[in-house]
Amino acid sequence: MPAVTETREAVEKLGQSSYKWGFETEIDMDLAPKGLNEDTIRLISARKEEPEWLLEWRLSAYRAWLTMAEPKWAKVSYPPIDYQDLHYYAAPKKKPGPKSLEEVDPELLRTYEKLGIPLHEQALLAGVELPEGEVARTPVAVDAVFDSVSVVTTFRKTLEEAGVIFCPISEAVKDHPELVRKYLGTVVPAGDNFYAALNSAVFTDGSFVYVPKGVRCPMELSTYFRINARNTGQFERTLIVVEDGAYVSYLEGCTAPMRDENQLHAAVVELVAMEDASIKYSTVQNWYPGDENGRGGIYNFVTKRGACRGARSKISWTQVETGSAITWKYPSCILQGEGSVGEFYSVAVTNNHQQADTGTKMIHIGRNTRSTIIAKTISAGQSDSTYRGLVRVLPKASGARNFTQCDSLLIGDQCGAHTVPYIENRNMAARIEHEATTSKISEDQLFYCRQRGLSEEDAVGLIVNGFCRDVLKELPMEFAVEAQKLLQISLEGSVG
Amino acid sequence: MTQFLEISGLCARIDADGQEKEILRGVDLTIPPGEVHAIMGPNGCGKSTLSYVLAGREEYEVTAGSVQFHGQDLLAMEPEERAAAGLFLAFQSPIELPGVNNANFLRTAVNAVRRARGQEELDAVAFLKAAREAAKSLSMAPDMLKRNVNVGFSGGEKKRNEVLQMTLLQPSFAILDETDSGLDVDALRIVAEGVNRMRSPEFSALVITHHKRLLDYLKPDRIHVMAKGRIIHSGGPELAEQIDTEGYTRFLAEAA
Repeated sequence: MPAVTETREAVEKLGQSSYKWGFETEIDMDLAPKGLNEDTIRLISARKEEPEWLLEWRLSAYRAWLTMAEPKWAKVSYPPIDYQDLHYYAAPKKKPGPKSLEEVDPELLRTYEKLGIPLHEQALLAGVELPEGEVARTPVAVDAVFDSVSVVTTFRKTLEEAGVIFCPISEAVKDHPELVRKYLGTVVPAGDNFYAALNSAVFTDGSFVYVPKGVRCPMELSTYFRINARNTGQFERTLIVVEDGAYVSYLEGCTAPMRDENQLHAAVVELVAMEDASIKYSTVQNWYPGDENGRGGIYNFVTKRGACRGARSKISWTQVETGSAITWKYPSCILQGEGSVGEFYSVAVTNNHQQADTGTKMIHIGRNTRSTIIAKTISAGQSDSTYRGLVRVLPKASGARNFTQCDSLLIGDQCGAHTVPYIENRNMAARIEHEATTSKISEDQLFYCRQRGLSEEDAVGLIVNGFCRDVLKELPMEFAVEAQKLLQISLEGSVG
Repeated sequence: MTQFLEISGLCARIDADGQEKEILRGVDLTIPPGEVHAIMGPNGCGKSTLSYVLAGREEYEVTAGSVQFHGQDLLAMEPEERAAAGLFLAFQSPIELPGVNNANFLRTAVNAVRRARGQEELDAVAFLKAAREAAKSLSMAPDMLKRNVNVGFSGGEKKRNEVLQMTLLQPSFAILDETDSGLDVDALRIVAEGVNRMRSPEFSALVITHHKRLLDYLKPDRIHVMAKGRIIHSGGPELAEQIDTEGYTRFLAEAA
């Protein structure tokens, strides 16, 4: 029997091992009734005690959404979503803040434990107040989004001293309304696309970051997004504004409970970088991908966009996408400021019946703007993965440069990898390069590793991590390690 | 006393473009502990196939015969189990692993076999120390540990890298498949010294080669001539000299 077949079968077997971080927490929920209408939106806005202008903004987004149709151009297929059959608001029931871990809902702690969050960080996440003067050890600020309401925000003090605002966006609406109002929807307008409009109408929470002029944010900002209530679509809204000469590195990491029903997720992330500002936005996405038959799993329809408004500003997106049944995601950069820089580094892994259509858009508006796109796609099982990218150079973008590299790695003969690069150039002084490769893990490589004592699983993991190295090295160090483990798990549950 | 490695009546074939092709046709070979044996023979006689079958490459189908290794049924084991049991194959054409750091690969491999052998894993510091020493003894540039496994290595560097892996993995039985091919005189000596440093009453090796020069350094205990999938003649180290001057014709004629 040809060894290729055996390897394929072996890898498929690996792929079917169950989702390691699948679990669901039972916590008293405060649910809005199913369905989407103006009343639902008014309820959300009222629960969040929002100002009138925001309610109006939500309602206008909703009205725009009503006139829009779901986009059909992506290479993904799924049964129709009944938007009236979802809850649009869920919040853990409020209790007074716990004083120690003993007072925290043990279910919540068990969830954190399964996620491998260290104990002292668990305390922070669960809202236990640290004794005066005690400083947490990890220099990572965590703003936990537990379902829709941010359970707690940590490290506020250190950040406040630096002048950095990092808080749930619902709090920012109350505490910094002028900032939110100035920037919300300026990068991704309320009616930008079907999912962005939906998000604008019903977003329940997310993060807000503001880094003032000349400040280098003293720590990595990290948010653990979690989806936890049955049938609750999650609609986070993240807004990051970085003023002149300032810098921030932000990481979002996701794990989700295992469940049977498809869950809709439509987040919007907006980034604004002013003159000489730099934003590094990293994502490790590991939502439940569905079982080996493609049942269940998250639908992830995300709009992420950054505006390089100031000269020499820089926005760098790094993403490791291993989860979700369906991924529809194109983190983009609008390169407006002269000499501004956009980067997109991506690893997308699909296994079993997962479908991913992901890539980026680099819009060169200003002179001498530069962009780099490195996309690594790994497909296993019967999955389908598409890189879809747009490089657009507008007439005034003299001296614009783009380099794109798309590499696909196939495991087995039942998966698909597709590359759809769009290039629109309207300035003859621009330089655009595109490279693409497709390869398979060879029998020789697997045998070589196994002869040295590595299990087939470890061998695949090592080879895949090697394939992704150019992207993984862009992640902040501590998360690069996490991402490597995740690739390995996905390729137990995917490849590598 | 139980023999260290005992191959009896080993037959194996490969499916080449839909055609079953017999390559090994009854190999008998016994290697006692502490001995170095060499296999010589004309191209296509099955030397490399023998090494692949012993290491567990799945393309080859074993149709008859048995292999005992440390008293275990070698053929029933997965490739990584054979490695953990002490078998090492230095590849004729070492494989490239793009993006995989050589030191990381080596450490992962060393710790995988150490775990399987019930030994404690090496931490990064202890491993790097051992790896640097081993690399130095093979006159390898220190940056070879930082480069990607075999990617952009010259032929000679690849072969040295194989010997480096062998040194760190501490096998009890190594198969060297034309490790001397493509090496210049100095590299050949360095590689041979690397193998000789492994020699002990607990270490055996099977050396596949076309050239007497490597055997001059290694001083094998026995030399076997292989042809058409069988060992057709065995003798002492003097056999190398004889083959070097006369070629294989006489042995082939005798076997026929």
